[in-house]
Amino acid sequence: MASSFSRILSSKRNIGILSLVGGSATVGFLLHRDHVSAGSPVRRRYPASAEYPDLRKHNNCMASSLTPAIYAKLCDKATPNGFTLDQAIQTGVDNPGHPFIKTVGLVAGDEESYEVFADLLDPVIKERHNGYDPRNMRHPTDLDASKIQSGQFDERYVLSSRVRTGRSIRGLSLPPACTRAERREVERVVVDALAGLKGDLTGKYYSLTQMTEKEQQQLIDDHFLFDKPVSPLLTCAGMARDWPDARGIWHNNEKTFLIWINEEDHTRVISMEKGGNMKRVFERFCRGLKEVEHLIQEKGWEFMWNERLGYILTCPSNLGTGLRAGVHVKLPLLSKDARFSKILDNLRLQKRGTGGVDTAAVGGVFDISNLDRLGQSEVQLVQTVVDGVNYLIECEKRLERGQDIKVPPPLKQFK
Amino acid sequence: MPFGNTHNNFKLNYKVEEEFPDLSKHNNHMAKALTKEIYGKLRDKQTPSGYTLDDVIQTGVDNPGHPFIMTVGCVAGDEESYEVFKDLLDPVISDRHGGYKATDKHKTDLNFENLKGGDDLDPNYVLSSRVRTGRSIKGFTLPPHNSRGERRIIEKLSIEALTSLDGEFKGKYYPLKAMTDAEQEQLIADHFLFDKPVSPLLTCAGMARDWPDARGIWHNDNKTFLVWVNEEDHLRVISMQKGGDMREVFRRFCTGLQRIEEIFKKHNHGFMWNEHLGYILTCPSNLGTGLRGGVHVKLPKLSTHAKFEEILTRLRLQKRGTGGVDTASVGGVFDISNADRLGSSEVYQVQLVVDGVKLMVEMEKKLEKGEAIDSMIPAQK
Repeated sequence: MASSFSRILSSKRNIGILSLVGGSATVGFLLHRDHVSAGSPVRRRYPASAEYPDLRKHNNCMASSLTPAIYAKLCDKATPNGFTLDQAIQTGVDNPGHPFIKTVGLVAGDEESYEVFADLLDPVIKERHNGYDPRNMRHPTDLDASKIQSGQFDERYVLSSRVRTGRSIRGLSLPPACTRAERREVERVVVDALAGLKGDLTGKYYSLTQMTEKEQQQLIDDHFLFDKPVSPLLTCAGMARDWPDARGIWHNNEKTFLIWINEEDHTRVISMEKGGNMKRVFERFCRGLKEVEHLIQEKGWEFMWNERLGYILTCPSNLGTGLRAGVHVKLPLLSKDARFSKILDNLRLQKRGTGGVDTAAVGGVFDISNLDRLGQSEVQLVQTVVDGVNYLIECEKRLERGQDIKVPPPLKQFK
Repeated sequence: MPFGNTHNNFKLNYKVEEEFPDLSKHNNHMAKALTKEIYGKLRDKQTPSGYTLDDVIQTGVDNPGHPFIMTVGCVAGDEESYEVFKDLLDPVISDRHGGYKATDKHKTDLNFENLKGGDDLDPNYVLSSRVRTGRSIKGFTLPPHNSRGERRIIEKLSIEALTSLDGEFKGKYYPLKAMTDAEQEQLIADHFLFDKPVSPLLTCAGMARDWPDARGIWHNDNKTFLVWVNEEDHLRVISMQKGGDMREVFRRFCTGLQRIEEIFKKHNHGFMWNEHLGYILTCPSNLGTGLRGGVHVKLPKLSTHAKFEEILTRLRLQKRGTGGVDTASVGGVFDISNADRLGSSEVYQVQLVVDGVKLMVEMEKKLEKGEAIDSMIPAQK
């Protein structure tokens, strides 16, 4: 559960309180930012109708929602940092999408993007997150891992368990828009905080610009190293600029808690281990996240979060919890059953190959994780995965014994 | 990104040291020239259309370069970039164009009659001849910076100008986004179709935004004169044909360009040009004439001769494979073209190609007969 301390700080008018407890340099910077006239209207030479993108061959959430009227209304606006609508939608204009896979097609450049461009972002969020309406719904945040029940899987089936999310540092622009100095500041703030982790979370940071050949090889062998993004979905959004400046990987000595810095988000946080102890993975996840949050707050920083959207990340698809909890699980019989997809759907789960998104399954082993991100809490989503995977294993066992299986009723959303 | 770079003001909250890019592993002209002092001096500036220093250098920051090949590492977003950011671009231009000084004047000569010879390159060796250049339309920003609205107007003006051409230049425009499958097949078979840029040198500079909106290809019915619209420059103009009649290729090139320019001028949109930098294009390497005149020529013996590279250097020529830049030669056939762009005229550069290729073909013939070519090696041009 995000601390009540950060809730007090989450509104700008309480910066006075921050100045009492936080670093004065930080506060000075935050106050100074309000006076930078970066949000002055965008200079335009042609009317909106001449600039409206041709989206007739496009299939993404942005193209579905961006009418000429919305474009005309928003194209003159900029966030206080100077991020514009054209920048937000560029990735969706450049990547028409796929007939079967509907991508999001826009990104946020900063926290304020979700407000300034709400006329576009709200319908996109609604479409992507099953009808969640940011105007009149509240997103629950719950990082109390003790609530998880039956979180230990049968390890004859579950090979590994993993939970990931992202966190953004309030006050600094997001990867599509950040300057080199901002990106370096994100690195500094996070690396400072991580250096304060203790016990089983003690670890080390490996900067991409300075890693030795040996360190690089080890990180590749551990499957920890992330590479410069090649997907045009990311590069067209400007997230690979200045690579590899201020990018890096931190992990604990036990290699069970890992943080990526300045890849697609300020931070991506991953807790994982071999085997089926999802409860322990989630417990470490929550503990680590809370520790890091506490450490950055000591220096006057906080995570981007609000009641409507939960944790703020670059891609609207990752709002809310930003959480993907999943397992690698052996389901050779079930995966060949015609009802497999329907069962997953009703359990609010998705399957991926063992290489992650857009890969194929190998040897009947699947990556199974939660579909949803926004509108339910972390605890609820992890419990959904726990219950769902247990059900899938039961099905697999029944099929092994020659018994029939049942498609479960669909789970209700937005509990 | 187009219009009003308000984000640039926000960056000024940070010190120069905090924003200055890490160029320690870089090998390009921009990285050589960009000091913290220059960065500090130019970072709060913008051109009237809102293009900034960080926009200029982004491609060079993102692409550290190659130990052997020196890329430029910066682009212009508009005509004014070459003025506003001259403290960076002048040294880059000087380094790239053989010491060209800020006070030098560039000569433009598109009178094809000034070319001597060039109609008799031996077609047994010279398989094809080609001249290309680029042109930018005054009053609009360049591909790294232009908005969809601007790009569409550039396309519209280009179509108007090109479709009004007649005689040997009568032709047709094929917009990339409305091409039929049959048209696409034919353009590929003719080797005319250009594709969305994949080179990070171009994509990091923002030139592939909104693809394929307002991009297209025009060519004449004879398939000897071709114009690309809104690829790496507003216009890329190409004249070509099989065989060794470079004179005819150059005649058609000059004539076509002048016709097109007249039409644009009538609509008050001449080409970007000034007497210091010649024709203004997106990449500083294409300033001056923006001209690459070349041939595909069979030089299997000469190309393996120990002095081949030196001969090319002295003739002020460069070699490429038959797939263009960064490709390998196939079957001893090379693409040979002028190395220079700025500081000498179109006629002069094409003359170098004509004279140089003629000499190299004679050398090839001598080597075929088992004779030495040492006495033929030219002095440095």
